[in-house]
Amino acid sequence: MANVTLRNVRKTYTGGFEAIKGVNVDVADGQFCVLVGPSGCGKSTLLRMVAGLETVTGGEIDIGGRVVNEIEPADRDIAMVFQNYALYPHMTVYNNMAYGLRNRGMKEAEVKSRVEEAARVLELTPMLERKPRQLSGGQRQRVAMGRAIVRQPKVFLFDEPLSNLDAKLRISMRVEIRKLQRRLNVTSIYVTHDQLEAMTLADILVVMNGGQVEQVGNPLAIYEKPATTFVASFIGAPPMNLMSARTEDITSQLGGSAGEAGILGIRPEDFVITDQTPSGGVALGLTVEAIERVGAETFVYGSRAQDEQRVAATPGELPPGEVIVRIPGTQAPAVGARIRVAAVRQKLHLFSGDGRTRIEA
Amino acid sequence: MQKQAIFQSKLLPYALVAPQLAIVLIFFYWPALQAVIQSFLLQDAFGLSTTFVWFDNYVELFRDPAYFASILRTFFFSFAIAVLSLSFALLLAVMADKPLRGVMLYRTLLIWPYAVAPPVVGVLWIFMLHPSLGVLARYLRALGIDWNPLLDGDQAAALIILAAAWKQISYNFLFFLAGLQAIPKSVFEAAAIDGARPMRRFWTVTFPLLSPTIFFLLVVNIVYAFFDTFGIIDTMTRGGPGTSTVTLVYKVYSDGLLGGNLGSSAAQSVILMVLVIVLTAIQFRFVERKVTY
Repeated sequence: MANVTLRNVRKTYTGGFEAIKGVNVDVADGQFCVLVGPSGCGKSTLLRMVAGLETVTGGEIDIGGRVVNEIEPADRDIAMVFQNYALYPHMTVYNNMAYGLRNRGMKEAEVKSRVEEAARVLELTPMLERKPRQLSGGQRQRVAMGRAIVRQPKVFLFDEPLSNLDAKLRISMRVEIRKLQRRLNVTSIYVTHDQLEAMTLADILVVMNGGQVEQVGNPLAIYEKPATTFVASFIGAPPMNLMSARTEDITSQLGGSAGEAGILGIRPEDFVITDQTPSGGVALGLTVEAIERVGAETFVYGSRAQDEQRVAATPGELPPGEVIVRIPGTQAPAVGARIRVAAVRQKLHLFSGDGRTRIEA
Repeated sequence: MQKQAIFQSKLLPYALVAPQLAIVLIFFYWPALQAVIQSFLLQDAFGLSTTFVWFDNYVELFRDPAYFASILRTFFFSFAIAVLSLSFALLLAVMADKPLRGVMLYRTLLIWPYAVAPPVVGVLWIFMLHPSLGVLARYLRALGIDWNPLLDGDQAAALIILAAAWKQISYNFLFFLAGLQAIPKSVFEAAAIDGARPMRRFWTVTFPLLSPTIFFLLVVNIVYAFFDTFGIIDTMTRGGPGTSTVTLVYKVYSDGLLGGNLGSSAAQSVILMVLVIVLTAIQFRFVERKVTY
């Protein structure tokens, strides 16, 4: 068992492209760390650096108190689950799991007991003699998991392991992975671009963008207090509504300290349809443009009526002037109707004009 | 989706395949038929009289120890050429598959020899290894090796094998490289994490995953060694010294065109034809089904 510490880790390619611009993350023993971000943000590169599949051009990667920058992947005591599973197509399920053990010169009896134990846990016992091509996507995914757990490594690395599965299977495997990790209590680093997967799996969430860490912390804390507008719009679905706020609005209505234009953020679920304006809160008049009814909830896509707006806005993450409101599934205003929504003071997020700093009012 | 094309006229489909059929019939089946007919005939030395002799040409052939020697030699050549060119090609392909600076240049250069015609290959190697003209031959003699493939049959055979294998490396390289690139990189990465050192990784992962390619190339190389080495043999040794580099194909040529024994030559052609059919059948049967992982 081990903790994983990244100290100012950098990756610069020979062409001069900086993929990772100094990352500091500390994953404690047994914690489940999720790296999340849009494609191209460097999260997979960072994971591959921890695995030893990419060289580290700056900083230190520390696994269990040992700097592993120059250590071969095989000697880092890690196991990795790949996005395409990377099973050995010519080997049976049994041999796929046994391969890493045999390479390390383990006795065949011990290999057998470990593989059979893993197969039992993952419900793969009837498939041990099959080849990967005879398995379904979910079964292949479990074989990939099995190959990782038989080794009993210090750290599990997951590179988007669920992205090749269909939506339903993805959810059940997500739960399985979490349960398995809890039971084995092995430090894990998990890469995904799916914020829902990230929120549900993580003990510690690392939001990345453009080779940098935007925010590290407990997933709920990040959801409640996003540090930047990037995090605000990336974590949470549908994304947080962002609109630029005039100085006088911020100072007068919100009591902010900023002497310049800022960005106001309100999550779709924090709006209620009401005629009142909560004290210190924000109210918006909207024309309903579209409705999405998904059963438990309804998403209202509205455009702000210019004459009624209390907080002036320029385009943020949303199309110009568009605001998403989440309301209970029992309600549904008609398209074209004019509604008035409001959010209380506690639910407002305020950021500096460049979106890089959160302003605590 | 409709796979069958529908023609209004009954004649149009026949007209469309007619050119191809004509080429196949005139240039493949007609000569093959001629060879079969010829193999049952015996001509006198001046070509004035022809007798139908049934299987006498074949019977004589199988009583001739020189023919058996030629069969054995051909099999040995094929085996040696296939093993030599396959293993070198695989080594080069594994090297060229790595992310190296200027790797595209290496790859292109490694493919070039394939464009060289077999007789030219023969001439190239003669310039290097001819006992009196050859550049390398001088060094070999300087090393104390009695190098003279014009007199030494084994050395001549080695020379043919070397030249023929060299020419085939490019072709094999191309297929191996494609085969290697078809394997997802993550499989090798998984093996690296699984603690397999490079040599073990090669034998337990790369080699088994390439086995369909290897089998395919093995058949192709044997066919190549059987037939396409003619140009190399003819320019380098003309079957000599003695008959030490006379392969089956070369024997067809030398018995028929040089020796004037057209009946025997035709019989040998027919035997070769049967061999090719067998090899091709094996290839079709196994490449598709048996040798998969």
